[in-house]
Amino acid sequence: MTQKPRKGEHKWAAVVGLEIHAQISSNSKLFSGSQVRFSAPPNSLVSFFDASLPGTLPVLNRRCVEAAVMTGLALNCHINKKSLFDRKHYFYADLPAGYQITQQRLPIAVNGSLTYGVCAGKKQSQVIPKTVRIKQIQLEQDSGKSLHDDLRSQTLIDLNRAEGQLRVDANISVHHPGEPLGVRTEVKNLNSIRFLAKAIDYEIQRQINELENGGEILNETRSFHYQLGCTMSMRDKEGKQDYRFMPEPNLPPLVLYDATSLPAGADPQQVINIDQIRETLPELPSVTRERLVQQYGMLLEHSFTLLNEVGLLEFFQNVIKETRAEPKKVTSWVLNTFLGYLKQQNLAVSESPVTPSALAELLDLLDSRTISSAAAKQVFEELWKREGKTPGQIVSEKQLELMEDRGALEQLCHSMMEAHPQVVMDLKKGNPRAINKLIGLVRKATQSRADPAMIKEILEKKLSS
Amino acid sequence: MLGRTLQEVSAALKQGQITPTELCQKCLSLIKKTKFLNAYITVSEEVALKQAEESEKRYKNGQSLGDLDGIPVAVKDNFSTSGIETTCASNMLKGYIPPYNATVVQKLLDQGALLMGKTNLDEFAMGSGSTDGIFGPVKNPWSYSKQYREKRKQNPHSKNEDSDWLITGGSSGGSAAAVSAFTCYAALGSDTGGSTRNPAAHCGLVGFKPSYGLVSRHGLIPLVNSMDVPGILTRCVDDAAIVLGALAGPDPKDSTTVHDPINKPFMLPSLADVSKLCIGIPKEYLIPELSSEVRSLWSKAADLFESEGAKVLEVSLPHTSYSIVCYHVLCTSEVASNMARFDGLQYGHRCDINVSTEAMYAATRREGFNDVVRGRILSGNFFLLKENYENYFVKAQKVRRLIANDFVNAFNSGVDVLLTPTTLSEAVPYLEFIKEDNRTRSAQDDIFTQAVNMAGLPAVSIPVALSNQGLPIGLQFIGRAFCDQQLLTVAKWFEKQVMHVLCKKGEKEKHYKRKKKSLVTSPSDITLRNNIEELHGQNTKKEIK
Repeated sequence: MTQKPRKGEHKWAAVVGLEIHAQISSNSKLFSGSQVRFSAPPNSLVSFFDASLPGTLPVLNRRCVEAAVMTGLALNCHINKKSLFDRKHYFYADLPAGYQITQQRLPIAVNGSLTYGVCAGKKQSQVIPKTVRIKQIQLEQDSGKSLHDDLRSQTLIDLNRAEGQLRVDANISVHHPGEPLGVRTEVKNLNSIRFLAKAIDYEIQRQINELENGGEILNETRSFHYQLGCTMSMRDKEGKQDYRFMPEPNLPPLVLYDATSLPAGADPQQVINIDQIRETLPELPSVTRERLVQQYGMLLEHSFTLLNEVGLLEFFQNVIKETRAEPKKVTSWVLNTFLGYLKQQNLAVSESPVTPSALAELLDLLDSRTISSAAAKQVFEELWKREGKTPGQIVSEKQLELMEDRGALEQLCHSMMEAHPQVVMDLKKGNPRAINKLIGLVRKATQSRADPAMIKEILEKKLSS
Repeated sequence: MLGRTLQEVSAALKQGQITPTELCQKCLSLIKKTKFLNAYITVSEEVALKQAEESEKRYKNGQSLGDLDGIPVAVKDNFSTSGIETTCASNMLKGYIPPYNATVVQKLLDQGALLMGKTNLDEFAMGSGSTDGIFGPVKNPWSYSKQYREKRKQNPHSKNEDSDWLITGGSSGGSAAAVSAFTCYAALGSDTGGSTRNPAAHCGLVGFKPSYGLVSRHGLIPLVNSMDVPGILTRCVDDAAIVLGALAGPDPKDSTTVHDPINKPFMLPSLADVSKLCIGIPKEYLIPELSSEVRSLWSKAADLFESEGAKVLEVSLPHTSYSIVCYHVLCTSEVASNMARFDGLQYGHRCDINVSTEAMYAATRREGFNDVVRGRILSGNFFLLKENYENYFVKAQKVRRLIANDFVNAFNSGVDVLLTPTTLSEAVPYLEFIKEDNRTRSAQDDIFTQAVNMAGLPAVSIPVALSNQGLPIGLQFIGRAFCDQQLLTVAKWFEKQVMHVLCKKGEKEKHYKRKKKSLVTSPSDITLRNNIEELHGQNTKKEIK
């Protein structure tokens, strides 16, 4: 993806490529039958193959292939019906075989894309849709875990390999727009989105500074120092490492089928059907967002927010199901009020004291004009206290029902006007803000139980008469 | 009893003529007597006797597991055996005791076979003489046949009795010597460029290389993953078929085995006539380096087929001359990759240096590997470098495809089986063999065998006759992929013809103990055994390495 040039440096453009290592959710490893389990004791989930005992051979895990196909389909990739496995050689203690099995030449999926939203504008409320290209998805063996014990000058190796984390390497270069791409550096092993962003920002700036001062960028690997907030050169090797890629001879080409190419009478246990997998995919976010916009008339940025919070979409849809209120009202309440409360107290949707049913009931009361919107906010605050009361109970307890009696209201308006002749005078002079004051006074007198719109209407009528 | 075929002994066991324990003890005793051959690295005496005991119980209860129950076998020391040291004849794995059995080993054990021990080889199966392992070279039992000894006595250059002993060929020389010296009835070898067929030819045995993908490689410590197969060494073709029947079949642990059902069991029909058979003779295999004796036998064999009604055609395998260099590139590349796991960390040898990981790797690998292995690793890494990959590795793969296509074309032209020599000549004396280095020897000796591995085809070496020196010479049959049964059927027919020819020569009366039509009781076998026992007495005091 190409970022816009930073403020004040119009002549530079940065290009960033991300290499994302994501662990597949499966019961056993990619090539060996040993289990995958988080927080198991070190080296307790290691098969003979994982320990690279001589004579052991890799066996492909079906579930992992299916997961890769699903990922590829979800990211709009072309799924390669034939893909190959390769060996990538280097010596390191956490790589017992001396090579890693990966898919360098012909990976399982290529040429995809992902749309996402970037928050912009005032208050970050505007969401700009963007697209990033996915070059390829490849299945790859994970290495072990290394724990460096500097005190005893030794490194401890755990070959369980259940890291459970996302790991990202970022490739960064800068260039002048219109000119060829610059030399890139690789920043390795970034474990959080926040540090990823910091590292990239730092590295872009470092490269720009370097080049503006007449220096040059080396094609090298760097690591990010969290405390110092900067990248530092990792390897002092001359030139890049040669991984001596070679086809993995123990794994035949991975052949996938679809409905048209599936051979007749094929054993379903032995083949993978891309079309079948596609059918098992849940609705993809972009489709969901589109549907939300169409169905409920919400803004695109609202759909992003709904999807970006875990459980929020489901919450929203449950409220919609149970309430008579307009979808736009529901959207507004869920995204502003509900989400606001959650964020304030740093809660997840699943931890919310307010259930979809409760909110639905509240919105019904509002919709039927039983209460005013101000009163509704009050009720919501009460619900949040988790005292087990329903909105209806709160309303009657606190006597928040909207004042129905128009006659009583007219009387009240009349007395309020009498009590504040100065305000009335201002009004007659043509001061528009004065009416709000009057409305406010009447409202206060009704303990917010009167609908401000009705108050306004009555007052205006009285004034004109 | 020790001189019989596997099939015969199996029958004897079933009939109660001998018990597994008696058989086991006889073999163990002979192993001890023939220790000077250096065929075995590990003799698993306790294990074998225990297995014999269990086998005996089964026979007593009439519940034998089959033809292999109670049969002593040996396994090349590059197959993983649970609880039994597996060294690959290398310092790198000295003392390494695997926690699992190779699939083929497990299958043999499941059939009740008795594991006599692990046999000697060239280090990591790299070599064609079985001379380059850390436990020393293997001696060809035929070095001690009366005929050969008499011929050598005429040689004024021989200094002492044992200075001109012969190599077994390699790299499965230990397995070949073990079977040839009657210490077991079958042995597992491996075959990457001829490592089972070559020593079979030099030791007067049947050496069978199955189609790639027919037999599991799980547990076979790899040399070249895309060419290795487990090999079978026996005294006759029927025996090889019995063993193959136990071993063949898909293995979920080996993704390169094929899933198509194989016709099991491997019962070999006796071919009545060969009039429908077409034998191909590849003309590129007629090279000047071929010894006149082998050439003559090859020609006679072709004539034999023709005289019995088969069609014999000359065929061309035009890319034959490129196969050595192609093999060299692909083999060393895979070796460089496969040997990367030997770093001293998880298992095997580790040096004493612990200054840094890199220093430890370097010293461990220098100490653990011999120079043949190190040489191949260096070559292989060179070919795999980014700047060389296209020009060497990819090119070699393309040439490999051409070589494989040569065979396809030959078979498509109506040929059923190809007939070629197995080796350039009979076995040579060790002192002569070591005049050239391992690489040169391998390039020379693999010439007829290694294209077969590149094409993944089945092939078998059959002992045909004795040379003028009294040493065995074998010929090779090559079949279509996964037509192993057909190949062995033809080989069996040929074996029978050879026996008839020998019988006709009237040597039968002179040398046979029993009037049996089996190749194992061929003229020299009995002599060989007698001589070994005789020589043992002379050699007990010598320190043979």
